Parts: sequence; C-alpha cells; structure tokens
Amino acid sequence: MKVICVCGMGLGTSILLKMNTDKAMKQLGIDADVDAADIGTAKGAAGQADFVLTSAELAEELEGLPIPIRVINNFMDVDEISAAITDVLNLEQL
Amino acid sequence: MPVVNFLVNEVLSVPAYLVGIIVAVGLIALNKSVGQIVGGALKATLGFLILGAGAGVVVNALSPLGELILAATGAQGVVPTNEAIVSIAAAQFGAQVAWTMIGGFAISLLIARFTPLKYVFLTGHHIFFMATMLTVVLSVADLSNTMIVVVGSLLLGTIMQIMPTFAQPFTRRVTGNNTLAMGHFGSLGYITAGAIGTVVGKKSRSTEDLHVPEGLRFLRDSMVATALSMVIFYIVFTTWTWIKLGDTAAFDILGATNGGNFIMLGVALGLQFGIGVSIILYGVRTILAELVPAFEGISRRVVPGAVPALDVPIVFPFAPNAVLVGFIASFAGGLLSFGLLAWIFGPVFGLALILPGMVPHFFTGGGAGVYGNATGGRRGAVIGAFANGVLITFLAALLLKVLGSLGFENTTFGDADFGWFGIVVGNVVKLGAIGGLVGLAVLIVVLLFGASRYQQRLVNVEWKPGLEHSEWVAEEEAAEKAAIAEEAARKKAAATGGETS
Repeated sequence: MKVICVCGMGLGTSILLKMNTDKAMKQLGIDADVDAADIGTAKGAAGQADFVLTSAELAEELEGLPIPIRVINNFMDVDEISAAITDVLNLEQL
Repeated sequence: MPVVNFLVNEVLSVPAYLVGIIVAVGLIALNKSVGQIVGGALKATLGFLILGAGAGVVVNALSPLGELILAATGAQGVVPTNEAIVSIAAAQFGAQVAWTMIGGFAISLLIARFTPLKYVFLTGHHIFFMATMLTVVLSVADLSNTMIVVVGSLLLGTIMQIMPTFAQPFTRRVTGNNTLAMGHFGSLGYITAGAIGTVVGKKSRSTEDLHVPEGLRFLRDSMVATALSMVIFYIVFTTWTWIKLGDTAAFDILGATNGGNFIMLGVALGLQFGIGVSIILYGVRTILAELVPAFEGISRRVVPGAVPALDVPIVFPFAPNAVLVGFIASFAGGLLSFGLLAWIFGPVFGLALILPGMVPHFFTGGGAGVYGNATGGRRGAVIGAFANGVLITFLAALLLKVLGSLGFENTTFGDADFGWFGIVVGNVVKLGAIGGLVGLAVLIVVLLFGASRYQQRLVNVEWKPGLEHSEWVAEEEAAEKAAIAEEAARKKAAATGGETS
C-alpha cells in the first residue's frame, strides 16, 4: 500500500504527517509505504498511490485526483489519522 | 593508520556519506530492520547528492539575472531563496554542516533536559539551513574546522530553543493552548507581528469574518510560486535593461538575437530556476523523511513531555484568511523596502537590492498575518505582516555583509531569524580569535538565561498578549447575538400578536 502526505513545500508539515501516519499504520498493523510530497509531486505520483492525506486548504487544490483524499486537521494526532485510514480502507472494500 | 586516514578523508569528510551514516545510526537507535536501515541511509546519501545537481541548475539560472540587475540599476541584485544558497554552500561546507546539525540537535536536547526550556525543534530543513548559515558565518573567522563545528553546534542548539520560547505567548494566542510551539526561523517576524497586533488592533475585527478572493490560492503550490516570481523578475529586468542599454548591449548579456528572443530567453531562465529549486527540494525531502523521524524518536526518549516546535503552516488552519491577507501585506512591505534599497539605502550604504520572492513572503508573511490577527484582528494582520516584509528584506540585505564570499551569489537566506542571528554572530566573530569566542560564549549565556526567565515569567504564567482585542471581539459578538435574539423575539411577538388579533 502507498500513501502520500501533502503540504505546500513537501518539507515540513508533510514530513510530520508522514511520521505520524507511519505510527498509525503500525498501530493498525498495516504494512504501508508513506511518502511526503508537495502539491505538484503529489498530483504526479497519485497514479501509483492508494490515497492522499493533507490539510483542508490543500485538499481543495488536489480535487479531481482519481484516488481518495482525506483531510487531517491535527497532523500530530495519531488517532485522527488512524480514523481517516480506517475510513478510506472501508470505502475501498465496499 | 591508513584505515583511519581512509575513513576520515574518503568517508567522513564527504558530506553525502556522512549524512547517510548519521541516518543509519539514527535508524539503528530506533530498532529498525536491516532493510530499512540500508534503504534509509542510501536514500539520505542520494538526497544529498541531488542537492548538488540542483545547485548547478540554480546557479546557471541565477547569474544572468544578477548581470541584468547590475546592468539596469548598477547594484547587486539578490533573490533570497534558502534552498538555493544552502545547495551552493553544501559543496564547500557540507561536512561541517552535517556535523553541526547533529551537534546542534544534541545541544538542544541537553538544554531541554537541564533548563526550563522544553521544546523539540522538529523542522528539519530549518535546522539544516541554520546549520549552513552558522557554518558559513563562522568560517569567515579564523577558526579551525573542529572549532566551527563545536561553536556552531552550541549556537544552533541555543537558537532551536530560544525562538520557540520567545514566540510561545503569541503562538498560544493563535492555537489556544500549549500543546505545540513555533519551530520556524521566521519567528522574529511572527513575534513582531504579534506585538504590533496588541498595539494597533484593540478594536479590530478578525480577518476570518472577511470574504477573501480565492484567486491567490494557487500560490500555495511552492513550485508555481517560485517559478512565477522568477519569470516576473526576468521579464521586468530584461525590459529594464533593454530600455536602458539599447538593443545590442542589452541583447549581448543573454546572447540574444532580437528583442523578443531576449525576453523569452529570460523567461526560460526563470523557469529553469523553478526547476533547480524543485530538484533541491526533492533532495532535501529525501534526507529529511529519514532524519526527522529519527530526531523525533530520540528526543521523545531523552526529554519526555517536551513541546514539539513545528513548521509554520501548522498555524495556517487557525486563520486561513489571515494567511492570504498577510502574504499580500508582507509582499507590499517587501516591494516598498526594495524601492527604498534602490533609491536610498543601496547608493548611500552600499546594500544589495533584495527582490521580494513569493515563497518567503507567502510562508513568513502568512505566518505573520496569523499572529497579527490573533492579537489585533485585521489591523494587526495587515500592519504586522507588512512589518514582517520590511524586516525580512532589510535583514537579508545586512546578512550579506557577513556571509563572506557566499555574499556574492545573487541569493541568500530569506527568513528573519537567519538574518538577525547571522548578523549578530557575524559581527561578534569579527572581534578576533579569542575576543570572538568569548563574545559568542557571552551571547549564548545571555540568550539562554533571558529565554529561561521569559519562559518562567511570561510563558508558564499564561501571559496573554492582545487580551483586550479578544475581549472586545467577544463583547461585539455577544452584542450581535443579543441584537439578533432581540430581533427574533420582536418578530415572534409581532407574529403571535398578528395571530391573536
């Protein structure tokens, strides 16, 4: 499984989100490859990824991608990220 | 000892390998699998080599702009871009920078362990940029490489603790609690904006009640913002040079054949700059994705309960309108300062022309807008962010004076703390070998002592800058609600009155 975490520069907050997504994936027992990216890179890499995690403002910029996008309000909240991941995966199973 | 010589000369003094080894050690400390350790270390090494590739592209795209600005205005023109200056410096100073990063991180953990300051600075690229700036400034002095790393680490560890501390009372006004701190070296600008907000905005409504046009949203994409600002600079300065020098002399600078060709060559160079910065960002991202989790894991063990100090966009969701308002105000401050530099400060004091790059103004201006809004509403956001724009322009111009040969590269560090800290350290170092070291020791002690007192007196006691503003807003909102309720009650009374009659 591949996940992309997106912020404006793809350097600061997206790496924090990646770090906490790694933790959430570990808690959920899922083996996932999580990458940090800026908007442009994320749009290009979306073809090979399963879903995208980002902030509310940037989610608007990423509209129209073929894969699910989930908004995370608090990038440091592992529980919120876990909930978003569970939500996305349930959707896909349906 | 041929083995030691080999290790020192062929491995440890090559920055790319050094970074790979550091990441490997971090991953081992976190009990990662062999595959993850090898993969992570190799990725970090490749990431560092990517920096070098990007630096070449950036320099080739920047130097013609420097020539054009010199021809048009007679002054040195500089586009502050952290990524660009860092990648150029990496070729010469890479190994010391890598050691300074590790040393600075260790020192900051020691400070968090043994003083009232309890922050963990997790913005990896800013640690990297600050380590580079300090190494460059210290290398101008007559210090050995080892001393540069030791002194640089002490300074880096100090600034990583004091800036989140000084910003914390204001950060708390933005976020509402103490669970996170500001870990971004534009903090002097945010503190300035927050302080200005308390003065000017006692009776000003929040930016979040405004309707802000969505047209500037695309600038959140850093690749677009970088390339676009460079293309605009090239169009402005090719046109300016063309008007000033006339056909042949102007066209020769870029080797152009005619006017249209001249301007389009400039546009192409502007796009090339965007490409160069994107390459460098990719490299930095590759290193940091491995390094930051290792930093975080280690600090959680050494200083449990420390407050994470995070990158500036973490405050953007608290006031999204203030980000756009702040960007525009900061950019206006940058343009005005550019004008002042060209008109007075350049000719009289020999300062370089600092062009307003969109990326530093978007991120630090946006942050300043959020802080200004938190303490002083719309007026705070506009005036605070404008002050940030003026600040980052003049600090960047003054910083060039202490960067030695790297001060002639047409680019420099963009954010406020690189400016003020670099200028202070650069001038203290000029006191000579012994005087400089004593001066820096005094500086570190004063900063740490001052920040500790500040933490105890102002942060721990919940000092609330801009309280009058939030009380006024609360009153206004209460009055508005009361008015609406009254209106509703009157309507209801009228309606029921109508029924009964």
